[in-house]
Amino acid sequence: MGTITPMTEALRPRHPALVRVTHWLITLSFLALLLTGVEILISHPRFYWGDTGNVNTRPLFKLPIPSSRGTVPTGYGYVLPDQNGWSRYLHFEAAWVAVLTGLLYGAFGFFQGHFRRNLLPAPSDLSPKRLASDIARHLRFRRPSEEEAWSYNVSQRLTYLLVIFVLFPLVIWTGLDMSPTFASVFPAAVTVLGGRQSARTMHFFVSILLVLFLLVHVFMVYLAGFWNRVGAMITGRLAKPRERA
Amino acid sequence: MSKISRRKLITTGLLATAGATGLGAAAKLAERYGLIPPDAGVLYGAGETLTYAAQRLFARHSLAPEFARSQISKDPFANEVSPLGAEFQRLQQGGFADWRLAVDGMVPTPVSFSLAELKSFPRSSQITMIACEEGWSYIAEWSGVPLAHILNLVGALPQARYVVYRSFQPDWWDSIDMADALHPQTVLAVGMNGGELPVPFGGPLRLRIPRQLGYKNVKYITRLTLTDNLKQFGKGLGSAAPEGGYAWYAGI
Repeated sequence: MGTITPMTEALRPRHPALVRVTHWLITLSFLALLLTGVEILISHPRFYWGDTGNVNTRPLFKLPIPSSRGTVPTGYGYVLPDQNGWSRYLHFEAAWVAVLTGLLYGAFGFFQGHFRRNLLPAPSDLSPKRLASDIARHLRFRRPSEEEAWSYNVSQRLTYLLVIFVLFPLVIWTGLDMSPTFASVFPAAVTVLGGRQSARTMHFFVSILLVLFLLVHVFMVYLAGFWNRVGAMITGRLAKPRERA
Repeated sequence: MSKISRRKLITTGLLATAGATGLGAAAKLAERYGLIPPDAGVLYGAGETLTYAAQRLFARHSLAPEFARSQISKDPFANEVSPLGAEFQRLQQGGFADWRLAVDGMVPTPVSFSLAELKSFPRSSQITMIACEEGWSYIAEWSGVPLAHILNLVGALPQARYVVYRSFQPDWWDSIDMADALHPQTVLAVGMNGGELPVPFGGPLRLRIPRQLGYKNVKYITRLTLTDNLKQFGKGLGSAAPEGGYAWYAGI
């Protein structure tokens, strides 16, 4: 039993309201971005490096899938329906929601100490031995104890920091690089990545990393007790308060 | 009713009124300064409005990056074009000597130019990238008459807010606002990579607007109409693109 009384502890939400609201806004916009991103991708499932690339150019690689454009040689005898119109409208609307939500979350994280308190790992946890044992623990797919539901472990903290401070900024940057007007304002943001087609190719790979994160994240939530953890991200409360643990 | 709840009620009421008035004023201002795209009312129009407004506020005069001559693509892709018909073939066989560009709408008198006249106007050339919404791109050198030159020449009325442009292809038309119409890189292209503009790439006359995606760069331009109101064209969404589900503004 700690110095904090069970009563106070039970009243403290597991996740602050702002984290909960922004979590679900990002979830919704990410799913919309993913679906529409796939729709846009199938209109040209070929990737290039540098500034330019088209069906007359040798691609860096191409995906073995059919396309929604008859001009793309895919080897399939049919063309998928064109969904780019609404997909592009929704992709950019969802991007606005994601970016504005991300900025709100970022401001909260910095100024309310959320990043420092909840995401920055303790220096002692960063020793190779501790890290290795934490990763090994994850790889055994063991259900975490209820005690662990009140804080993030070190692998979780590092993963969240990677997603928040590396993958999300990269996917926004590479996405913006494909806007011709953005490129006219910040041409260096495109050239530093090697050109428009390089940015598009990176956008694809960073999106794949984000989808991998989503899959692992949902799997870990499932291991820890799906409805209890999802409930905590909605209402702020864990079904079993700490004093009973 | 207790004092506190009455005070709270009044404050909330005042805040709500101020908020509604503020939003109303913001919408009026946005309309006044041309920050609302003509397809703002479609399903995902809110995101579209944010994009267009942000780019008009922060990127009105930016220039599309220009490339070195050595970066011109050796393998540009023209994309497919639906058959242009017998009348186009007749014009093509005559070297497009009979091709006309009509200019009407908010001008003192409607005029039209032959291709030879257009080619005699001051030319500008640019080595820029054209990028399709599908994801592919190429770089070419384009040369032509700046649209601003034509608008000055015909004496476009100051009330004009958009230029509607039509293609020889019957259902193909689009429009741009004055910020883009007067932009120095917006040209009526007649040449590509040092030669005539090839027909598959839009010859004899294509609107080249490098700060927007490929589909705004309409091929086979026959007519420009200046207007202050896009509602009277087609379904009122500003171009054929939103009627087919695509955004009017393609700066993204």
